[in-house]
Amino acid sequence: MSSEAKSAENYVEMPKNLAELRAGIVAGTTKAADLASSYYERIEKINPRLNVYLSLTRERALAQAARVDEMAAKGDPLPPLAGIPMGIKDVLVMQGSPSTAGSKILEGYCPPYDATPVSKLEAAGAVLLGKLNCDEFAMGSSNENSAYGPVRNPVDTERVPGGSSGGSAAAVAANLAVATLGSDTGGSIRQPASFCGVVGVLPTYGRVSRYGLIAYASSLDRVGPLAANVRDAATLLGVIAGHDPKDATSSTAPVPDYAAESDKPLKEPGKAGLRIGVPAEYFAEGLDAEVRAKIEAGIHALQAAGCTVKPVSLPHTRYAIPTYYLVATAEASANLARFDGVRYGYRSPASETLSDMYRHSRDEGFGAEVKRRILLGTYALSAGYYDAYYLKAQQVRRLLAEEFLRAFAEVDAIVTPTSPVPPFKLGEKTGDPLAMYLADIYTVTANLAGICGVSVPCGATKAGLPVGMQILAAHLNEAAAFRVARAVEAAGL
Amino acid sequence: MGDKQGMTAKVTVEDVERVAELANLELKPEETPAMLRDLNAILEYVAELNELDTSGVTPLAQVSELVGGLLDGSGKSQLRADQTLPSLDRATVMAQAPETDQVFFKVPKVIER
Repeated sequence: MSSEAKSAENYVEMPKNLAELRAGIVAGTTKAADLASSYYERIEKINPRLNVYLSLTRERALAQAARVDEMAAKGDPLPPLAGIPMGIKDVLVMQGSPSTAGSKILEGYCPPYDATPVSKLEAAGAVLLGKLNCDEFAMGSSNENSAYGPVRNPVDTERVPGGSSGGSAAAVAANLAVATLGSDTGGSIRQPASFCGVVGVLPTYGRVSRYGLIAYASSLDRVGPLAANVRDAATLLGVIAGHDPKDATSSTAPVPDYAAESDKPLKEPGKAGLRIGVPAEYFAEGLDAEVRAKIEAGIHALQAAGCTVKPVSLPHTRYAIPTYYLVATAEASANLARFDGVRYGYRSPASETLSDMYRHSRDEGFGAEVKRRILLGTYALSAGYYDAYYLKAQQVRRLLAEEFLRAFAEVDAIVTPTSPVPPFKLGEKTGDPLAMYLADIYTVTANLAGICGVSVPCGATKAGLPVGMQILAAHLNEAAAFRVARAVEAAGL
Repeated sequence: MGDKQGMTAKVTVEDVERVAELANLELKPEETPAMLRDLNAILEYVAELNELDTSGVTPLAQVSELVGGLLDGSGKSQLRADQTLPSLDRATVMAQAPETDQVFFKVPKVIER
């Protein structure tokens, strides 16, 4: 980004942190309504360049801001996210607002209910500005599969923001929201967080309710926050985590104070420092040299902060992408069967029979990548192939999960690059689906194993492109991942 | 189902058409060649799983068991008591339907009379 022409295409502006914003709201020096309006002004100015928001929920946001201001004026105790402007990935439903999942097949759909993570944020005082662009049905690693056009990376508008939660990551990096929600089925929060230089959290499977999340692959899907710094991301996870009677897969385990946990040093007085595992399999062929150097610098910083660093072995890593793309597409083929033009969304006009109507609606409503994945998944589940593909993938999935359990008996966290490469150019990988799938090589394993992780900024390449470090921790041990992420952040690489 | 054939199959145009029919998708003729090429490339890649001997490995369909029982470590059922609770009202649901008489979803005819 040396040339002037290119630096003009940089829209990076980091939002203020939650504590600072909240203090202003509590003191009355900042009005939630003014804050919301200033965000809408910035969105109006910059969104046309980045294509981050698909729709705005202005009326609802301003009503919520007014409620917050009223509480503040009365001196009522304010909830933790009082007046904080946030954005929601368009795969999470909001009552009465368009929810497209980035697909034409849901054009015009205004769901009659709120997703649980959405209602939890609002109950905590957040002001929800609008719905964020993403790859269609969260299928993609670059946000180029959105039916509503790609999101551009605020760091360099010629490059992709990552995917599928590209809008959620770009919104934070360009200060078009203080924080956002995304979803992560194979890396869809962590990889865009890495590409845009923000923090992204993959909570443990079951930690956050998926009620109201438009499903892609139900045994892998998670909802999680993206924010400008680790402590804010930890605070947000604390708000949205917890059991939900409307999601039978949600965990009843108590929700720790993640922000307070993240404040703990890596080495507490009189105790051994956290043990960090480094898997050689994540530093093998295909890893960009500059990304490697930054991650190694991050690991040295963790050592300096009192961690013990040791190698761990995850030998099945190379089978993760094939396993993931069989499991995810099989589940997707079942989940996406519901889009048939009968009850909501797009219906192809002028079909003679019911069967034609299904086919035409789905053919016209779905994009190429969604069709590819439905076909692959249907193939893997079809008679004669089920054992060879789907069952085999589920067996390998167990091997992958078990080797993580073994590793976490020895270490508190595992650190890797989030992505093997820095953000790539728009159009660079669209012609080759397999090359795009390989962009997820370091992130799909955590989804398959059900474990949690955080992607935290870990410096930039010489060209100024962000590098992210992925910190993985055992089931329900988000606290460890946040502590390590805080230390990487504090190193200021 | 399950005749234990390995991942050696090469997908043909007929396969793509058969699978598209199963999935209620209708590919345009110009879409088929690219889909055929991509599916074969992907299937060739996933065939790497054949290198692994997984005999005796119990398939893992869902990770809740790893998180501890049914996700809380107690093994207790997370399922609520089976009782009738209010659902969305008909008018709200029908408001989203592409075609409705306000009572039912309307669709093109299913069978010839």
